[in-house]
Amino acid sequence: MSWLCAFWRSSIGGKLTMAVTGLLLFGFVVAHLLGNLQLLGGQEKLNAYAKMLHDLGSLLWVARIGLLLIFVLHIVTAIRLSRSNRSARPVQYAKSATLQASFASRSMLFSGLSLLGFVIYHLLHFTLGVVHVDEVAKKGADGHDVYSMVVASFSKAPVAAAYIAFQVLLFFHLQHGLQSFAQTLGLHHARYTPMIKSLAFLLALVVAGGNILVVLYPSLWLAKGAA
Amino acid sequence: MKVKLHIWRQSKASTAQNFAQDGKMVVYELDNVSKDMSFLEMLDFLNDKLTREGELPVAFDHDCREGVCGSCGIVIDGIPHGPQRGTTTCQLHMRSFKDGAEIYLEPMRAKAFPVLKDLVVNRSAFDRVVQAGAFISVSTGAPKDANAILVAKDAAEKAFDAATCIGCGACVAACKNASAMLFVGAKVSHFLHLPQGQPERDRRARNLVTAMDKEGFGNCTNQNECEAVCPKEISVRVIAEMNREFVRAKLREEPPSHKRVGGDG
Ligand code: FES
Repeated sequence: MSWLCAFWRSSIGGKLTMAVTGLLLFGFVVAHLLGNLQLLGGQEKLNAYAKMLHDLGSLLWVARIGLLLIFVLHIVTAIRLSRSNRSARPVQYAKSATLQASFASRSMLFSGLSLLGFVIYHLLHFTLGVVHVDEVAKKGADGHDVYSMVVASFSKAPVAAAYIAFQVLLFFHLQHGLQSFAQTLGLHHARYTPMIKSLAFLLALVVAGGNILVVLYPSLWLAKGAA
Repeated sequence: MKVKLHIWRQSKASTAQNFAQDGKMVVYELDNVSKDMSFLEMLDFLNDKLTREGELPVAFDHDCREGVCGSCGIVIDGIPHGPQRGTTTCQLHMRSFKDGAEIYLEPMRAKAFPVLKDLVVNRSAFDRVVQAGAFISVSTGAPKDANAILVAKDAAEKAFDAATCIGCGACVAACKNASAMLFVGAKVSHFLHLPQGQPERDRRARNLVTAMDKEGFGNCTNQNECEAVCPKEISVRVIAEMNREFVRAKLREEPPSHKRVGGDG
């Protein structure tokens, strides 16, 4: 155990922790996206999917706790590394310059902390039903009409706008995170590194774009259908 | 040409407690600068003027002035070694600047590199890292035949790319996190590809990274600013190699109680 702690405390151990937990979280985000896309299949499809998840019972809780642990480890390590990075330069430059660091790479801490805030808001909204209570009530007494709840929520412009804004942050966070994963694991190659960067961009775009599609679904497709 | 220089002046050396040590940016106007002067010659010219005016000259590090020793390394307009890629401060010329330019000169900023005076920083942290493992152990005796050990050409080239590091510290100065991973990665990569580097491979990776962490450098966040300012244009490939080598060495490490007599090669 002390070996593991010492490894985690080392600079590269910390980076590896960020990379591995980050990839696991990416896996979750992809699974979550696939779930979200059930919405496009209509009311029955999404509600059946939600019921299936609920019927997992204790298995669902195992997944939730596992996910929480990964999430906490990702955040705690990020904070430890950021603090150590800050203290490594006690005096800032009077004139600073940036030559090739990407916008995404420079805003990782900002996008990461914002996303943490978003996840909390999102859980309070759909999972716990504490905010936007009116829309959440659409879930029905038995709590199985997830479809109506989601459609009611995203039909409200401010809610939809907030969700979309956070997806843009998610795009930047994933884009830099995914390509960093390869570099941290020691994969750097004149041929593959540019490919990995393009792939990271594409995957981030698919995830964020897919989620935005789901958010826009009620206002674009349903509104059109009603009209 | 004419230039307006903003230079960090600091008379007392930085300490862990007081890092800035009352240093400040001071403005100097300098006329009659030739475009053909090297950047350091321009500073010599300024110091000459300051000395004649009874002021203390600006302290800066330099030695070979031909881009091989790694002594120089002023942060010019926020860029270590200045605006020209793949060039040390001593090899930079005033023709890289416009007439009437305002130029900012600062020391490398990192906790691990305390300022000694003006633009001079103490880079002993690099020496301590090198002593921790950037070497191979060779038995003394009669010299061996130079070509007795075969090295594949691409392996030799990779090793040489890393070995071009002159230890100037620009990577640390440019990194948003003041990380030394390009430097330490170069030390790992330098030996990794050569047969002579194999016996101490694991120990080297472990010891170098441990020594680096102890000096208070930051952690790489893959922004690649180091690569952009390295006067030898060393690629962040060496950082990937170091990451891989350190994890491999850590996984292969045996618990202390299992260690055999004779060390942990
Ligand atoms: S003075 Fe030797 S490299 Fe610049």
